[in-house]
Amino acid sequence: MKPVREIRSRTTVLPNENVDTDQIIPARFLVTTSSEGMGDGLFADWRYDADGQPRPDFVLNQTSAKGARVLVVGRNFGCGSSREHAVWALTGGGFQALVSTAFADIFRANALKNGLVPVVVDEATHASLVESPGIEVEINVEAGTIAFGDHRASFPLESFSRFCLLNGLDELAFLVDREKDIAAFEELSGPAPWRL
Amino acid sequence: MEDGRPCTLLDKLWDAHLVSPETEDTPGVLYIDLHLIHEVTSPQAFAELRRRGLPVRRPERTFATMDHAIPTRLGRDGRRALPVGPAADQVGALGNNCKEFGITLFAMGDARQGIVHVIGPELGLTRPGLTLVCGDSHTSTHGAMGALAFGVGTSEVGHVLATQCLLQRRPKTFSAEFEGTLPEGVTAKDLILALIARIGTGGATAHALEYRGSAIRALSMEERMTVCNMSIEAGARAGLVGPDDTTYDYLSGREFAPQGEEWDRALERWRGLPTDDGAAFDRTERIDAAALEPMITWGTSPGMGIPIRSAVPVPGDSGQEKALAYMGLTAGKPLLGQKIDVVFIGSCTNSRLSDLREAARVLQGRKVAKGVQTLVVPGSERVKKQAEAEGLDRVFREAGAEWREAGCSMCLAMNDDRLKPGQYAVSTSNRNFEGRQGKGGRTFLASPLTAAASAVSGTVADARELLS
Repeated sequence: MKPVREIRSRTTVLPNENVDTDQIIPARFLVTTSSEGMGDGLFADWRYDADGQPRPDFVLNQTSAKGARVLVVGRNFGCGSSREHAVWALTGGGFQALVSTAFADIFRANALKNGLVPVVVDEATHASLVESPGIEVEINVEAGTIAFGDHRASFPLESFSRFCLLNGLDELAFLVDREKDIAAFEELSGPAPWRL
Repeated sequence: MEDGRPCTLLDKLWDAHLVSPETEDTPGVLYIDLHLIHEVTSPQAFAELRRRGLPVRRPERTFATMDHAIPTRLGRDGRRALPVGPAADQVGALGNNCKEFGITLFAMGDARQGIVHVIGPELGLTRPGLTLVCGDSHTSTHGAMGALAFGVGTSEVGHVLATQCLLQRRPKTFSAEFEGTLPEGVTAKDLILALIARIGTGGATAHALEYRGSAIRALSMEERMTVCNMSIEAGARAGLVGPDDTTYDYLSGREFAPQGEEWDRALERWRGLPTDDGAAFDRTERIDAAALEPMITWGTSPGMGIPIRSAVPVPGDSGQEKALAYMGLTAGKPLLGQKIDVVFIGSCTNSRLSDLREAARVLQGRKVAKGVQTLVVPGSERVKKQAEAEGLDRVFREAGAEWREAGCSMCLAMNDDRLKPGQYAVSTSNRNFEGRQGKGGRTFLASPLTAAASAVSGTVADARELLS
């Protein structure tokens, strides 16, 4: 994972609430053994019509979306399936941060493991972002702030996630380092898998 | 009871599995007793282990099966069709990974193969008191056994393979209390759809839902699995039912269940698991089970559910407007009588023996309406065998339905069982998202009873009219 400290980008706005991971990446794109190339499937059924032609009215197909690395999304984004492919599709599509009022739990956990910053802001901040698509925002991971125009808001990010993002560290390395504790726990609780 | 403080089932499960507790700076390290994997969300995790030169730490604690991407039809030779193309690569990769890392695999053709959330409890792998994860959001199903079970992404599949642990923060607790007796024709599926309709698809985010009350106690294990299965559709981290005699009777004698003295010792521990009287929950929701009706969804989110005789609501927001347009329905009109093209009876929500019996109860001696494709897909090889031993397959075939092989099938359209654009389906699965069952397909979620009655009528139908 690459360190993520600061993201400056224009936004793209997709304000729909309850966007599920089947929309972010339809299941037929999951028939693969790789995590690469998922960007092609990103919002595939919203981006393309039945003939595979881009739908001009879908926001990601508009020229204003080109190069935007921050996607402003609606409440409960990423609900449904646990597929990490949804996060790979978003990062594969060039996104580095998402801004919403709430994310689904599994999606949020998956995002953090891939350096995709889930920024949860208050309703008022979210409303101003939705009303100003394409605005330049600055997300500071260390400070936990998002700033645009003359507006600045802080967002919650627990210190461990922040540390991992800033240093480009992942949880697996941290867990592997806990080997002694894990072995001691197993020793104490015995070999039977029915612990309780 | 800890230090005299009454505890919830979640507290007990959580505390017993903490390798190290959470602090302000770091999440807790949670030990995972049992790990289930399948072909779709595991290959990238094994690749990561290889990249880092890590072994699978406890291969005996991981079990694998194939379910998501495999065909459920027979080939021209009359034998089960094999996956082709990329799906064959996934299935092949799972086989190779299990072999290389020493993991038990229930592959296609194995009598124990099936949907991962059907075979876990069925084989006695899922037991009270366990922590259990799988790279699949419907892992919440296993909570019906009194286990802490939740879905994870592929990175976390790798974490468990490598360390048997996950970094986690304790979820908040949510008590969903159902008192009273479910009326005739109202099932576990209706109960959970009613809860999701009430609290919304994000209603239980960050919480573990514990289902409580007399209506839950009266449910069979398979019905409790249906309820817990859809916890994730309310956004919950997990779904739980406190273990009781129904749980122990179900588990006793199953292949991987403890036996003899081991069973007695386990039972003693399990009896201490249920939530203590007076334990506090972060949130409580009470529902009168006796007032529930068969439920069906009209929209593109599992929270868009209504009693089957109600009218499609007038949209209250842009999301509902979009859903209504996608579904091609008219607000204010009842769903009852809406023409359908397909009926899907299956999935980790409703593909167990009791679900098939319910569907057969309606289809017995009746015919599926002309032009309605009806798929009945058993959840596992074992369910298939049991159903055939009871003659249920004959009931389905004689009614004009297709009797399939075990797998996820049309629930998520990863194999070739898919809705065509514009088609309407009544499905016993768990998600009615846009395109979930095939690009452009439109799904009404309902119980096996409703699905079977709708197959007969060729329209959305109220099974109670056929049962009375």
